[in-house]
Amino acid sequence: MDRFSWSNGLLEIDETLVIQQRGVRLYDGDDKAKLDLGVALLSTHRLIWRDVKNHECCIAMPLSQIILFEEQAAGIGKSAKIVIHLHPAPANKEPGPYQHSKYSFIKLSFKEHGQIEFHRRLTEEMTQKRWEKTTASQPIPTGTGSQAGRTRAVGIVGIERKIEERRKETDKNISEAFEDLSKLMVKAKEMVELSRSIANKIKDKQGDITEDETIRFKSYLLSMGIANPVTRETHGSGTHYHLQLAKQLGDMLQAPLEERGGMMALTEVYCLVNRARGMELLSPEDLLNACKMFESLKLPLRLRVFDSGVMVVQLQSHSEEEMIASALDNVSDKGSLTAEEFAKLLGLSVLLSKERLLLAEKMGHLCRDDSVEGLRFYPNLF
Amino acid sequence: MRRGVGAGAIAKKKLAEAKYKERGNVLAEDQIVQMSKQLETFKSNLEEFASKHKQEIRKSSQFRVQFQEMCATIGVDPLASGKGFWSEMLGVGDFYYELGVQIIEVCLALKHRNGGLITLDELHQRVLKGRGKYAQDVSQDDLVRAIKKLKVMGSGFGMIPVGGSYLVQSVPAELNMDHTVVLQLAEDHLLKEGLAWLDSQAPGEAQYWLPALFSELTHRDVTPEEANQMTP
Repeated sequence: MDRFSWSNGLLEIDETLVIQQRGVRLYDGDDKAKLDLGVALLSTHRLIWRDVKNHECCIAMPLSQIILFEEQAAGIGKSAKIVIHLHPAPANKEPGPYQHSKYSFIKLSFKEHGQIEFHRRLTEEMTQKRWEKTTASQPIPTGTGSQAGRTRAVGIVGIERKIEERRKETDKNISEAFEDLSKLMVKAKEMVELSRSIANKIKDKQGDITEDETIRFKSYLLSMGIANPVTRETHGSGTHYHLQLAKQLGDMLQAPLEERGGMMALTEVYCLVNRARGMELLSPEDLLNACKMFESLKLPLRLRVFDSGVMVVQLQSHSEEEMIASALDNVSDKGSLTAEEFAKLLGLSVLLSKERLLLAEKMGHLCRDDSVEGLRFYPNLF
Repeated sequence: MRRGVGAGAIAKKKLAEAKYKERGNVLAEDQIVQMSKQLETFKSNLEEFASKHKQEIRKSSQFRVQFQEMCATIGVDPLASGKGFWSEMLGVGDFYYELGVQIIEVCLALKHRNGGLITLDELHQRVLKGRGKYAQDVSQDDLVRAIKKLKVMGSGFGMIPVGGSYLVQSVPAELNMDHTVVLQLAEDHLLKEGLAWLDSQAPGEAQYWLPALFSELTHRDVTPEEANQMTP
């Protein structure tokens, strides 16, 4: 930690911020540094750290101080860390929080995660060494003598070897995994080709495929994650799974829909349903395919797509005329309304209230006034 | 007396089938049966794979990236359905679908401040914060994949490439080409000048830009009232 100097945290002319991460605690070697949690910032030139409570407390270290670094995986009760091994501080180093340290490495402990990205960017910056290309760089530390140089080299070799061994071990595990995965992929590819052949035959009406067999085929596609090439049906890639799902949704969404004026954006539904499930979550496609089956199952819900591409689930009781009439009423009542004002009136989200106003406009009942102050709707008197 | 009804039809079908097979074509029904068998084998192979390597996928974001790319190459989407084998056995599904929920929630919470535009960096930070200490780390690549899935729901989610990273858009497309170009030019300018864009009504040097790129707002929490005061 004695490589850091006090800093005002401002970037130099050629220096750019690369990434920042909050919730980082510093370690002087293996000991916790006498600093609190802070924000770690990586620039093209330096590693900066600022105390999150006391912004005045800010320290920095040139990236040229870094010899090498490695990830330390999280453990039980331990956050993931990046261990950074450093050159000795140059003689002309500006004062910092530590006058002296018995360690030649520091650790960044990621209490709020973010170590993957930070490590990736640090690797990039240490490879590119952008600080060397500009004049605003700090002096690169040189050995203070052959004796010190030799000692430093020995220490580094040991560390490098350890890192290399760990990397080889990880690589071995990963490459084993990839080998096994590749074998799986070969099998999967065979099935993709098989499914294409089947799909073509179904399309060309060759052979005698029963409804049952088609449904089974679709469920195989679902299991494998193969896109359904047979899209004759209007109810999407419906399988028994989606059918069941649609019924569940029919029950589950009644009350929430009524609370929200009869309409919810599909993204809202996605969050609601998945939060309730906790595990075995629905994919966006699962939800979409289930919603497409509402009509054929004669459930009182409908999936609706607005011109803008926004998708909503709405209660069947919510007819289009009703919505437009209510929009016109409200606007006439107030003289004019923006989407935000309308949203407040109805207790709807701004997104959906805007869709209603746009719909009423499309039907010729409202007209717009589009200015810098926003989009306002008026009854159409033309 | 039994009418041989159906017998004629069956015979006709058998004839057709025989002629078909003669030509060397396999019937679709037979292929479906074949596929069902292959599926069973595949399922148990995948189970074996999962028992050996599930941790790899969980821990290594690099592995996730490669895994996704391999799937894409052969035409398989492991995230298409929560009911898919990949999702069920490798647990990749829940990871990305939950991430999707978290992304939507962050975007929704900030929409009043940034109009539905947020940098990938900021989104990443906030999602991490929301996930809490004991959750697994996520990379930006993970976020990008989760967002790609969200697009299916017509939610207006999109990503605009700006200066080497992305702006994530969470409102229906009202940005046309001109806006996108302006955003990209501004980002270049930002990098060149190395300045934060300040409100024009603030004292001292000032320039105006979209709240999504205000560094002020990413450093401390701002209430909606304060945010409204910041923008002219």
